[in-house]
Amino acid sequence: MAVVAAVMLFALLINANIRQVVTADEYRDKPYNRRTLLAEYSRPRGPILVGDREIASSQETKGELKFQRKYADGSVYAPVTGYISPVFGATAIERAENAYLNGTADEFFVRRVLDLLTKQQQKPGSVRLTLDDRAQQAAYENLTATGRKGAVVALDPRTGAVLAMVSVPSYDPNRIASNNISEATRYRERLEKDPDRPLDNRAILHRYPPGSVFKVVTAAAALSNGYRPDTEVPAPAALDLPQTTRDLPNYDGRACGPGDRTTLLNALRISCNTAFGAIGLDLGGDKLRETAERFGLNQELDFPMEEATSIFPEDPDQPQTALSAIGQFDVAITPLQAAMIAAGVANGGIVMQPYLVQEVRGPDLTTVYEADPKQMPNQPAISPQVASDLTTMMIDVVENGTGQNAQIPGMLVAGKTGTAQHGEGTRPHAWFVSFAPANDPQIAVAVVVESGLDDPSDISGGRLAAPIAKAVMEAYLR
Amino acid sequence: MTALVPDPPTRRNTEAALVVFAVLVSVAAYASVGYVQTGHLPASLAAYGGGLGVLVLVAHGVVRKFAPYADPLLLPAVTLLNGLGLVLIYRIDLAQPSQPGDPGQQLAWTALGIGLFCAVLIVVRDHRQLRRYTYTAMFAGIALLALPAILPAAYSPTINGSRIWLRFAGFSIQPGEFAKLLLIISFAGYLVAKRDVLALASRRVLGLDLPRGRDLGPILVAWGASLLILIREKDLGTSLLFFGVFVVLLYIATERLSWLLFGVTLFASGAFFAYQVFSHVQLRVDTWLDPEAFYQSGQSYQLMEGLFGLASGGILGSGLGQGLPARVPYASTDFIVAAIGEELGLTGLVAILLLYAIVVERGLRAAIGVRDPFGKLLAAGLAFSMALQVFVVVGGVTGLIPLTGLTTPFLSYGGSSLVANWALIALLLRISDSARRPIPVETDSTTTMRAAPDDATQVMKS
Repeated sequence: MAVVAAVMLFALLINANIRQVVTADEYRDKPYNRRTLLAEYSRPRGPILVGDREIASSQETKGELKFQRKYADGSVYAPVTGYISPVFGATAIERAENAYLNGTADEFFVRRVLDLLTKQQQKPGSVRLTLDDRAQQAAYENLTATGRKGAVVALDPRTGAVLAMVSVPSYDPNRIASNNISEATRYRERLEKDPDRPLDNRAILHRYPPGSVFKVVTAAAALSNGYRPDTEVPAPAALDLPQTTRDLPNYDGRACGPGDRTTLLNALRISCNTAFGAIGLDLGGDKLRETAERFGLNQELDFPMEEATSIFPEDPDQPQTALSAIGQFDVAITPLQAAMIAAGVANGGIVMQPYLVQEVRGPDLTTVYEADPKQMPNQPAISPQVASDLTTMMIDVVENGTGQNAQIPGMLVAGKTGTAQHGEGTRPHAWFVSFAPANDPQIAVAVVVESGLDDPSDISGGRLAAPIAKAVMEAYLR
Repeated sequence: MTALVPDPPTRRNTEAALVVFAVLVSVAAYASVGYVQTGHLPASLAAYGGGLGVLVLVAHGVVRKFAPYADPLLLPAVTLLNGLGLVLIYRIDLAQPSQPGDPGQQLAWTALGIGLFCAVLIVVRDHRQLRRYTYTAMFAGIALLALPAILPAAYSPTINGSRIWLRFAGFSIQPGEFAKLLLIISFAGYLVAKRDVLALASRRVLGLDLPRGRDLGPILVAWGASLLILIREKDLGTSLLFFGVFVVLLYIATERLSWLLFGVTLFASGAFFAYQVFSHVQLRVDTWLDPEAFYQSGQSYQLMEGLFGLASGGILGSGLGQGLPARVPYASTDFIVAAIGEELGLTGLVAILLLYAIVVERGLRAAIGVRDPFGKLLAAGLAFSMALQVFVVVGGVTGLIPLTGLTTPFLSYGGSSLVANWALIALLLRISDSARRPIPVETDSTTTMRAAPDDATQVMKS
């Protein structure tokens, strides 16, 4: 009987070990374990910084949850910060950097043990983003002013640091993070039902047909395969598509040059569809795809939040290749990917891996993480010579072509407009990608304005999107 | 004539020192809870510490006077359990005054329990006296057990799905706690009388000595009675406890494995039957197998919150007063073990379990040491009932076995359980005193044998 008692004792001891040690973490992380939540809200959460400004901070409350998250300029930064809510959990940076922000990261272990021994309250770390407050504000204000949906992404082409990331319409993360749960639930339900999808970060989650901004990639492929800026290419009013009875027309129904021919330089300047369709047919789908993939299409970016992969179609036939070369057919890219294309050209052909977190500091203000810029795989995407030629061509677009609205006095700006069809009876999306100063690039910007003007020509991209890009570049370089 | 042997040490001073230590630990824990929760030392500290201290020192004095050779570890161990129970009840009361549990009330019950403890030691000078009351105890025990099921609902309300309470004149008691003691006494007395026939008369079938059909009566009665408790009062824990203790005592009395196997078979079939027929038993088993599935519906809320508490406690615990034990419903009664696991961690929970192990081990040691068979059975029964009860309640709370409603001895908030368990310890001390007392040696004609006449068959070793 003593054996029975001993067996019972050991069963209890072993089970207690399992419950409190072996499976403890699993139980702590159960979504409906409010204990973890209450513990998390019983201490301040570390701030998220832009420069020296706290855009997310913890405020003390009198409720059951002792602290509440506050977001400064919430809707401006919401696509990046995301939110942390006692009911809905965390998203975006709040989720990705959670361990640092709530102080449970492994790097803080020694500090935590010391706090435990000295009975100090556990302190969190802080996360500084790569964002630039001026660029971000300029992007949000100017995009919102159009009254349309869209997104803006700005990168430092030399490092891949994200300088601005804006998605419109946005939402107020303060109202979701609110400890007033019924109010927060109502607000979030409304956002979820909203057909404009304000909770989506369009900059990385939505894929758009790139339209003519993709001509930068096609031009890059051409220059990498023997073309030169002054190479003459076919540029008829309408391009016969092989294997079909259809053809690919220019929007104005006219040829892009005398004798149905023009130079590559001029084709980009005026965004000539037939010329780039012809180049696509000449190069073939494989070469186009190879260049596109070096710029980052068909690749996961390993971004710290939910993202969509930009697509160049797998095996296009000839007409599909011609359409793909002008950014139509199944080509679909995120605004971030568009910015990466401009940044790659700006950076002498090397596309950098985009990143959002510049620095993480521990509770004692020591740096525990510092961004280490990395190249994308398979770099350079294009040779320095091709990059230089493309830059010249893109400067020409802004100086003399469709992108004149992006001109900044006293500064060389390179850019490319785009107007992307997306189905019958809808207004095309207006695009603009650019970088500046073109002779010493410090910022690359991509702007998409959904359903821009009722005009299939590139006027829409130049009129709607280019001024926003210009404002962001000016704000940053001022 | 035997040579004069020096008396073995009584170890009373060891007991005194350990009791003081147990009180100091409890007082320190109490102060820590108050300080963490309110920022200053609680005003009730002096009353609490003084009260507990005086009570257990009185208990110690009574042991010193009336059971001088009693085991020195039992009293300190249960003092510490009782003291920590008070601390946790105080702590949970601070966090959630609406939950049941009031440390002042529990201290009053402790006084009552220690009063009964002293009375038992003073009145019951020799545990063999109790054997005379075998049948009285049996009837009283069965009556107490059955009362809640029989009385009109005004006196025995259904609380949390079970009818195990008696309520009259503003008092509530759980008669089952006292019935436990009485029935163990009667089991021991009954089995001492019948053990020969139960042990020897048998038929050998397939290498097992099977009991005769007519000897199955007692075990079947016990089985039927515990099933009745289960059906009428919906008290899973008590039902399991009684049957388990009875079967184990039957085994000890007869040393026949077949009784144990028979008991386990009966238990298994009873459990299966109950699972098939009673929805509340089914629910207990289902929530045990997959507690997460029943969390949203609230049916396993308590169990899951308890498990969350244990998980958040980890190895070292949150520290007294720094966790959220009051999130678990009935944290200071049925689920006090979860509060320990959360605030004192695995370390504290293991320490508590080992304290129980000490109590059980000391009880079994008394059973081995005592010379009369009734004492052996009684001590073993008391010790094993404690072991089984701790296993059932801690196993239930920690998800090892399906959850049943039993109190955690000495820790849980509740007068009946506390008072009955103090009496249980008094009986164990009484038996251990007899076990460790030096055998009276006939040095001269004036010394009389202390042993009662019915012990004449016992072989004495000196």
